[in-house]
Amino acid sequence: MSDLRELYQQVILDHNRSPRNFRIMVNPDRTSEGNNPLCGDRLNVFVKFEGDRIADIAFQGAGCAISQASASLMTDAVKGLTLREAESLFRKFHDIVTSDVSSRPDSDGIGKLAVFTGVREFPVRIKCATLAWHALLAALENNSQPVTTE
Amino acid sequence: MSPSAHVLAERLSSPPVERAGPFDPYRIRRDFPVLGQSVRDKPLVYLDNAATTQKPRNVLDVLEVFYEAANANVHRGVHYLSQVATDSYEGARGKVRQFLNAAHDREIVFTSGTTDSINLVAQTFGREHVDSGDEILVSAMEHHSNIVPWQMLCEEKGATLRVIPMNDRGELLIEEYERQLNERTKLVSVVHVSNVLGTRNPVSAIVKLARERGIAVLLDGAQAVPHFKVDVQALGCDFYAFSGHKLYGPTGIGVLYGRSELLASMPPYRGGGGMICEVTFEKTTYADSPARFEAGTPHIAGCIGLGAAIDYLNRVDLEAAAAYENDLLSYATDALSEIPDLRIIGTAEEKVSVISFVMDGVHPHDVGTIVDLQGVAVRAGHHCAQPVMRHFNIPATTRAATAFYNTREDIDTLVRALHTASEVFR
Repeated sequence: MSDLRELYQQVILDHNRSPRNFRIMVNPDRTSEGNNPLCGDRLNVFVKFEGDRIADIAFQGAGCAISQASASLMTDAVKGLTLREAESLFRKFHDIVTSDVSSRPDSDGIGKLAVFTGVREFPVRIKCATLAWHALLAALENNSQPVTTE
Repeated sequence: MSPSAHVLAERLSSPPVERAGPFDPYRIRRDFPVLGQSVRDKPLVYLDNAATTQKPRNVLDVLEVFYEAANANVHRGVHYLSQVATDSYEGARGKVRQFLNAAHDREIVFTSGTTDSINLVAQTFGREHVDSGDEILVSAMEHHSNIVPWQMLCEEKGATLRVIPMNDRGELLIEEYERQLNERTKLVSVVHVSNVLGTRNPVSAIVKLARERGIAVLLDGAQAVPHFKVDVQALGCDFYAFSGHKLYGPTGIGVLYGRSELLASMPPYRGGGGMICEVTFEKTTYADSPARFEAGTPHIAGCIGLGAAIDYLNRVDLEAAAAYENDLLSYATDALSEIPDLRIIGTAEEKVSVISFVMDGVHPHDVGTIVDLQGVAVRAGHHCAQPVMRHFNIPATTRAATAFYNTREDIDTLVRALHTASEVFR
């Protein structure tokens, strides 16, 4: 049960049940698609800028709790950040979920995203946690090709 | 053959397996080394048998004996080990023939698996007989491996792929199927048992209706042969495909049964060594079946391992095993039905012990991870059958599939783990 709660923390379950910023944005500046065809997780990310800041962000899609909660928490976390700040946050997040289980995770400055630390114990689920982020990165890079983490 | 050669061939072709008495799953379990271990500090409960089955000790032993003492290439070898390898390889073909009750050894072609078997038929029989405007008929519950090869062929030939519909229990509509058969239908290719729904299709009726009209029928038996006895002559089908690894044998080995008249008239599949009669730079003539369809060095150890798996099955009372699995299916169906917000996908009257389900508010991948933490191995996803998912308007299912070595205790552990999933996500 402890491993289970480590992975499915309350914050993740909450964001899965009631994802934030879950809508189709009208007239976004950028959109992108994330698709993991083998497991069936799929989502679209919509971004609106003010200068080089992410003024608004939304997503819509379907998938497992890890992918949905990750997308939801991501939208909360990057709203108001500059492109560079968002990319830097993605790198930190990525480092945490892919870090070696024996190392101490460096969760400084990632706030609530630290709830995904448990994912590193489940290598097959890392792709679920990172799908939305890769989609966001594609949107920021104005890459219209669907991205996948499989 | 020297006495030691006899001993070697004996060890390879007829491995010692204790003659089983009355069917006893707990005794069977002891023959499968994998099942005795713990995963994630919990005793393993292996319910992913529709993906692949575990291997009995005698299969593992035979693979070891082959590579340790008999490894050689088959056919045309004049040396001692090559003769042993060839005898064992062809002996395995004979075992498969008996297992399917085919009329001749030459009707058994070794392939790499069910997928390869279906592609073989598409690329030989299919390319020869299907033309522009023709139709190929598959069912709504096919695995991608019985859809894509035909789509590729249809695209090449300008033919049409048509689909036998099913109802919401996951049963094919046979009256509709009969109406779909027409003079343009060149082949019917249908799954014997659905890998998602567990449905056991009425293949005798399907074959009869097609054959009456002179239409060839392929049956995908990958999920059928592990659960009950199949007799290709009684079924009357033209082709029957299955995989070794779902039948307690090694991966990378499969079988295509084909009626000898058809195989004899079919062009080769792949070109290469072993499938020829004579080669000159101007022209090549081809060997007869099965060699014609087995270019290149075959998976010799795999064939011998599959033969050993069949030896094992021959020592099990398969009728009793099938009855036991039916009982497990009822037991599991009842227990799963009591879990709140759980819905079983595939409720056909005739089904084997393959149970797909969805849980409200819990994605199948999360179910898979949660039960895995209890040591329970199930599969989550679309099971290479996306059209089935679309029919039921779901993205994926969780699937528990038993074999004759599973027990009611396994089902109880699964059910407890699913209750946990339900609680976590409440």
